[in-house]
Amino acid sequence: MVDIRLPESLRGVEPVRSVRTPAQLDYEFTAGDATSRFLKGITEKRIIGQRATPTSRVYVPPRGADPELGAATPIEVEVAQTGTVTSFCVVNLAFYGSVMEIPYTSALILLDGADLSVMHLIQEIPADQVRIGMRVEAVWRDDADIEPTLESIKYFRPNGEPDDPNVRIPGEGHGTGLGSWVGGVAPTEAIIRNPRTGEGGEVR
Amino acid sequence: MGKERVAVVGIGQTKHQATRGDVSMAGLVREAAKRALDDAAMTWADIDAVVIGKAPDFFEGVMMPELFLSDALGCTGKPMFRVHTAGSVGGSTAIVAAQLVQAGIHERVLTVAFEKQSESEAMWALSLPIPFTPPLHAGAGGYFAPHVRSYIRRAKAPDHIGMLVALKDRQNGLKNPYAHLHEHDITFDSIKDSMMLWDPIRYAETCPSSDGACALVIGNESVADAAAADGRKPAWIKGTAMRSEPTLSAERDTVIPLAGALCAADVYRQAGITDPRRDVDCVEMYVPFSWFEPMWLENLGFAEPGEGWKLTESGVTALDGDLPVNMSGGVLCTNPIGASGMLRFAEAAMQVRGTAGEHQVDGARTAVGHAYGGGSQFFAMWVVGSDKP
Repeated sequence: MVDIRLPESLRGVEPVRSVRTPAQLDYEFTAGDATSRFLKGITEKRIIGQRATPTSRVYVPPRGADPELGAATPIEVEVAQTGTVTSFCVVNLAFYGSVMEIPYTSALILLDGADLSVMHLIQEIPADQVRIGMRVEAVWRDDADIEPTLESIKYFRPNGEPDDPNVRIPGEGHGTGLGSWVGGVAPTEAIIRNPRTGEGGEVR
Repeated sequence: MGKERVAVVGIGQTKHQATRGDVSMAGLVREAAKRALDDAAMTWADIDAVVIGKAPDFFEGVMMPELFLSDALGCTGKPMFRVHTAGSVGGSTAIVAAQLVQAGIHERVLTVAFEKQSESEAMWALSLPIPFTPPLHAGAGGYFAPHVRSYIRRAKAPDHIGMLVALKDRQNGLKNPYAHLHEHDITFDSIKDSMMLWDPIRYAETCPSSDGACALVIGNESVADAAAADGRKPAWIKGTAMRSEPTLSAERDTVIPLAGALCAADVYRQAGITDPRRDVDCVEMYVPFSWFEPMWLENLGFAEPGEGWKLTESGVTALDGDLPVNMSGGVLCTNPIGASGMLRFAEAAMQVRGTAGEHQVDGARTAVGHAYGGGSQFFAMWVVGSDKP
């Protein structure tokens, strides 16, 4: 057995228990056709969604496919710049990498004519007065600052209309909620729309 | 051809804490694995294959850590692979391990799940800017808080339910020597007065960031029979199920997701459970934010729509209640993310083996382990029992 000993010069040096190695990742993002068309609309201050069929759900921002139908969404639909808050939270937490000034209200907003909420900022109203069902409108950056990003909408603010008491929060369009057990009976896939025909599922 | 009957014959976990600076990642997983092997009265040589799970690599900043962990986990000369299903990964990793034995491919499989959150920053890792999108993401809490608000509105639940869950789980955690948080001074008021991080979720209603690992040894029928004959009670696996659903779908219920209910219905059918509230003795479910207890009670068939919170409020889910939930203290006490699902599965197995110590539910014979991940879109569950199926 070879006798291995720490060199004299290193004795008394505190052992290394951890090392900090910051990692950085730069990447190219390919938006794809659907998002590219959406972003082009944004540069014209228009919000453009897509749907698979003339009656199927409108996706904003579009990703090129309807996940329920498993079908491409070739039909473009311009949606309104007003919508309803379906839910929200007030973020009071700063953390590494965060660029937002706290507190801020981040909300799920169902734009009129769209079927899926987008997450965006709510301003021009105190956080404790934001509510589910509140009607809001988009506030854009100055024209010179419009870029192909959803950040070109600075935030949403109350538009003065009365609240929408019938706002569809996730799952409520299905009565009790998609994943609820009713009368002790589990739901089945039949409760959602038929993926082949696109026709509406059973209402409980 | 039917599945082989299989059981959990060994369980190990680390002491979980904010920073396990005393061990490397390899030392952490080995600590849990060695305890599971000791519990199973096995050595590394007895293991046929190793299945590893952890959450996304950004949570430590090490790409594919399973590769450098292979020797620490005794994988040399054996099959080894990793499972990825976000937060549900600890559960799905155990399921994959169980299925390798059920399929008759292996007799004894070691499965390990871990996270060493102190080595990176999960809030950052979960909030990376999405191209062309406002930088509003604020970790898992920021994602789930609006859905919690939707539940509160939908179920007409009173505000204090989330605080009751946090108090119960933190008190249960005091009985679990491995739990990260041991908050002896916690009270209802201290929870109520804690900072609102992502309104409506308070600091004290939120899981900690933990370093920790969990390991299980899963054996086939003859291995489990031998363990039983030797006085080491197996936890028989009576059903396993996983379900997924898309993140962004107009038809999706982000509060009580369809995939969660389908997963539960499938696992109960396999286990012969027809009335979960009656047939299940205790449940370990994945509750990283306190409001998820009533939400999952409804999603997993223990309560009717809008009624989950009433079970919490009336004490049904307390350790001495009719349906104890998160006896170990749950994710609210211990959250090494990748291991959190497996810890739920392990606690269910400990309960039916009767080895849960101070957090043992008397006479538990059938227990459910549950995990979820992503934006409530990946689910993994198992049912374990004290009786051979």
